[in-house]
Amino acid sequence: MRRITWERVVAILLISPSVLAIAIFVYGFIAFTAFASLTRWDRLLPDFTLVGFSNYQKLFANQRFQIDLRNTVGFTILFLIACLAIGFLLAFLLDQRIRGEGFFRSIYLFPMAISFIVTGVVWRWLLNPGNPELGATGVNLLFEKMGLGFLKWGWFTDPVVWHIPPDTLVGQALQQVGLGVLTTPAVGVSAGVVSLVLAATWQMSGYTMALYLAGLRGIPDELREAARVDGASELQILWHIIIPLLRPITLSAIIILGHISLKIYDLVVAMTGPGIGFSTDVPAFFMWDTTFRGNHFARGASIAVVLLVMVAVLIIPYLVWSTRSEAEL
Amino acid sequence: MTTQSTQAQSGATYTRPWRRALVYLILIAFAVFYLIPVYLLLLTGMKSFAEASLYRMWDLPAGLHFDSFYKAWFGSKQEGFRGLGVNFLNSVYLTVPATILSAMLGSINGYILAKWKFRGSDALFPILLFGMFIPYQSILIPLVQVLSKIPWFGGSLYGTIPGLIFVHVVYGIPITTLIFRNYYAAIPTELMEAARIDGANIFGVYRHILFPLSMPGFVVVMIWQFTSVWNDFLFAVTVTSSPDVQPITVGLNNLAGSYIVEWNVQMAGSLLAALPTLAVYIFLGRFFMRGLLAGSLKG
Repeated sequence: MRRITWERVVAILLISPSVLAIAIFVYGFIAFTAFASLTRWDRLLPDFTLVGFSNYQKLFANQRFQIDLRNTVGFTILFLIACLAIGFLLAFLLDQRIRGEGFFRSIYLFPMAISFIVTGVVWRWLLNPGNPELGATGVNLLFEKMGLGFLKWGWFTDPVVWHIPPDTLVGQALQQVGLGVLTTPAVGVSAGVVSLVLAATWQMSGYTMALYLAGLRGIPDELREAARVDGASELQILWHIIIPLLRPITLSAIIILGHISLKIYDLVVAMTGPGIGFSTDVPAFFMWDTTFRGNHFARGASIAVVLLVMVAVLIIPYLVWSTRSEAEL
Repeated sequence: MTTQSTQAQSGATYTRPWRRALVYLILIAFAVFYLIPVYLLLLTGMKSFAEASLYRMWDLPAGLHFDSFYKAWFGSKQEGFRGLGVNFLNSVYLTVPATILSAMLGSINGYILAKWKFRGSDALFPILLFGMFIPYQSILIPLVQVLSKIPWFGGSLYGTIPGLIFVHVVYGIPITTLIFRNYYAAIPTELMEAARIDGANIFGVYRHILFPLSMPGFVVVMIWQFTSVWNDFLFAVTVTSSPDVQPITVGLNNLAGSYIVEWNVQMAGSLLAALPTLAVYIFLGRFFMRGLLAGSLKG
């Protein structure tokens, strides 16, 4: 062992540039951003006068940021549901000894290869509702041609924000227990967010399909066989054997998709921008806008820290879990 | 036993042809959903300017016209907008070196972390990996400050393609290290030990044993990095401000945000921006898939 000590030194020397780079450019920079969020830096020239947590106080009181948080939560929930449901459905169907499986798989997965900017530009035109005088365009026009004209609507140009209506039974019950805020547009989903979810699902659901398909292929046929011999129906097999066995895949998918959706930025820039009344604004967009257009560096830094905390809450347990279970193997 | 299981399987599925038909129907319906945007891109790109009405979006073109692609590439002096040709080439100058450098760095890191474990190297791994999940907004402010202080040919790295290459190589370290580490971990250590008995040192083992076996690893990593660098927008828009150095994602976003540019030119531009990564996907899809699954850690 002693003879090879110089090689151990070389090994550490070889990896140290990368470790140093990550230490500075990830952890050092995060520390700097966190520090900047506690200062008065509000123009191009840095001003490092400490002001405590007042930037965060102002941020959470800021109406645009409140709308952003609402949009992020709504986007994340809808996007996760859509991707998991479509991804699982397609993987399950493709696992039924399908002719041309490879062909279908490549079609479902190709949007992953494209940038969110291209997706955004194309879907902006697809969901462009058209003009009341000149006629419908995009998907609305397609609906019209298929005789489904009643499905036409304004997509991301529609200012509507869906929320629990206060005059329904549920709404009244919520108001009585002091949760009236849940029945206002402050907790809701805008039409713009729904349009963004459609485009993002187009891009990412094939990836979820690929994850699930890999998982399904890992379930031995004998398991299903044994259940069939015991008289279980196909539906029971799905519910009691397949879905529980795919739980780790579902967890991975939720974390990967969830952190992508919290960070979503490019798609918003290319497809809708912040929208009317910030109906499609998200924290990542607000951060870039206020920092690099408005030069409100301290405010931008505080948004960045909030974003980082949201992502870290999701990712750190996952990293610990997946690197630990790897060591157990 | 196998025949029995296939019989049972076919018994469950083939006896109900309507169910089979329904499965194919759903699969085809989703295929149409994924292909519609591409169909529209191709259709619109090939239309002449006279035909490219928004209200006749889905009509087939009367003939093949490449005017939109021409205009998207070269721009238009009269209408006053720049083409994407320059941006496309910028993306090439950016992506090729960034991909090669990232792969080399990842290969070395993966080799050390898989085969030369040192005290704390297992703890170091998740700390490195965290870097690939962070929202990059949380490092952009100091990144711009630091890049503008690193000297580069009389100016600074900020606003240059080499600056952007540097950024992509640094933030590519976690994913490239991850893929190579997992790849090398699967190569039996016995191979390495045999070479060591023959007198090979840390470099010799890499050069004669690991590196010759690394090709599939390099392909997966290079496809991954190529796709993410080519498709990146956030770093590009933050680090480059001059249209002469901006990559294609930024160029396309500017083109699409301008009201003077016809929509068929925007569609042709989108297709240009998507083409290289689509080509990689079509020709090397198998490796693309492996990279994707590696990105989820437990794939």
